[in-house]
Amino acid sequence: MAIVNLQNVTYKYPLTEKPALQNIDLQMKEGEFVAVIGPNGAGKSTLCYTLAGFVPHFFKGELTGSVEVARNETSKSNLHEWVLNVGLAFQNPFNQISGAKYTVFEEIAFGLENIGVPREEMKGRVKEAMKMTGISDLADRSPYSLSGGQQQRVALTSILVMQPKVLVLDEPTSQMDPIGTREVFSVVRTMAERGMTVILAEHKMEWIANFADRVIALHEGQILVDGKPGEVLTSDVLTEKGFGISRYTSVARRARELGLWKRDTLPVTLEEAVKGFKE
Amino acid sequence: MKIEISKLEFTYPGGVQALRGVSLEIEPGEQVAIVGQNGAGKTTLAKHLNGLLKPTSGSIHIGDWDTREQSVSKLAQRVGYVFQNPDEQLFSKDVGTEVAFGPRNLGFSGEQVQGLVNDALMLTELSDKTDTNPYDLSPTWRKMVAIASVIAMDTEIVIFDEPTTGQDAANIARIANVIKVLRERGKTVITITHDIDFCAENFERVIAMSQGKILLDGKANDVLGEEEILATTYVDPPQLTRLGKRLGFKETVRNEKEFLAILTKQGHG
Repeated sequence: MAIVNLQNVTYKYPLTEKPALQNIDLQMKEGEFVAVIGPNGAGKSTLCYTLAGFVPHFFKGELTGSVEVARNETSKSNLHEWVLNVGLAFQNPFNQISGAKYTVFEEIAFGLENIGVPREEMKGRVKEAMKMTGISDLADRSPYSLSGGQQQRVALTSILVMQPKVLVLDEPTSQMDPIGTREVFSVVRTMAERGMTVILAEHKMEWIANFADRVIALHEGQILVDGKPGEVLTSDVLTEKGFGISRYTSVARRARELGLWKRDTLPVTLEEAVKGFKE
Repeated sequence: MKIEISKLEFTYPGGVQALRGVSLEIEPGEQVAIVGQNGAGKTTLAKHLNGLLKPTSGSIHIGDWDTREQSVSKLAQRVGYVFQNPDEQLFSKDVGTEVAFGPRNLGFSGEQVQGLVNDALMLTELSDKTDTNPYDLSPTWRKMVAIASVIAMDTEIVIFDEPTTGQDAANIARIANVIKVLRERGKTVITITHDIDFCAENFERVIAMSQGKILLDGKANDVLGEEEILATTYVDPPQLTRLGKRLGFKETVRNEKEFLAILTKQGHG
């Protein structure tokens, strides 16, 4: 039984001519970790907003087709019911931080306060979530005194603490250092293994290849390719359409032209590249 | 215009010490990338160069100016700063006005302003968007507007704070081209970045920071090859540098050209 089920979804923002999403069919299993890639303007953020219910409830506009998440249908629900099932971390953490709280600890507790979680349970959950994302030492800092990457961790933690069934992440590591990025991917992987369904918009191909179960390539609002990371991320069509690809893939493609890469398939990760070049 | 930073220390109100003794010289026309973990002090350092922050102790000289003795608006004649988030920087009703704001404030004549604006818009591929409201553009193009509005000020020194964050491959290539043209024009470019592959492909000198100090400073190939030291500031070497190491290359490589050259040599050796 699919926990996410989008059928023939087309969406237009108010006052725009062209749909941001067109005829999207997407089913996701519980505990699946799906990465969404695509050039800027391909529809990645809009897809995230659609899963999170912001489309159409917040952005309005014109939505056709059906969006079903955790057996609720978006057209029959309102946003405050929807957020109990689906958590969204925004691309720009600055847009997400409430502005109503003085410390990181309180900021992360904000969502739980709003749904009336008892105080002691709340404290425990906040502490555990902060430990998981490695920000326990920031507990007493003001959310606004943090660096971009630290704010992103706070934004992610404030969603994780809600324990949503479906976790939607819109470029959650864009301002993070490489090791921070790896840690976030690893936390997200753990959540998926515990049964949380994850959809993640990203540009960082190497990490996608190492951690995601499945990759969807979006282009001009439509799904261009959908499949296993190794297949999608090395497909020639990505280069033609201006997608970013990993340096391992592009260097192996050039090496193949020079007769220095012998395999039929191209690498996405360091390990694949090392093996292939040693042959 | 030379930049001289001497024993710079800075503590934020509230007590977080972000810089703990940074000394650094940057020659005119150098292209420098600053890397390091979140919270290492990269942005704090950069904000000292245009006077947004003043040292708690130590000093910074931009040419013959001591930043402690100059206002931010005066320093803007010498140092341009492209913020990480374009939305913190843009406020005009159309792209042309936005880009003209800086040079106009610096006192260029009407004709000069027009010339600088046209050049900046062409360089950032925005010439067809002059009349558009910046907020009707995608975040990608807003980034280019933010870059254009700083380029148009024609400063000797240009700072980019995380220019590739959230950008796709096409726009990263556009930004790399802007930096290349600035180099050809003899400008000093300082870029803060987590995008280590972008750093490897576009900069000759790399500075790695950690906990408010300089950890490494040198030629890109030397710095980027220091895998263990970089790891202490949460930076991985570039993808092709790591691959070269794993394949037993003796030299550090940092781009496709260097990588393929060694591979070809080995293939025929």
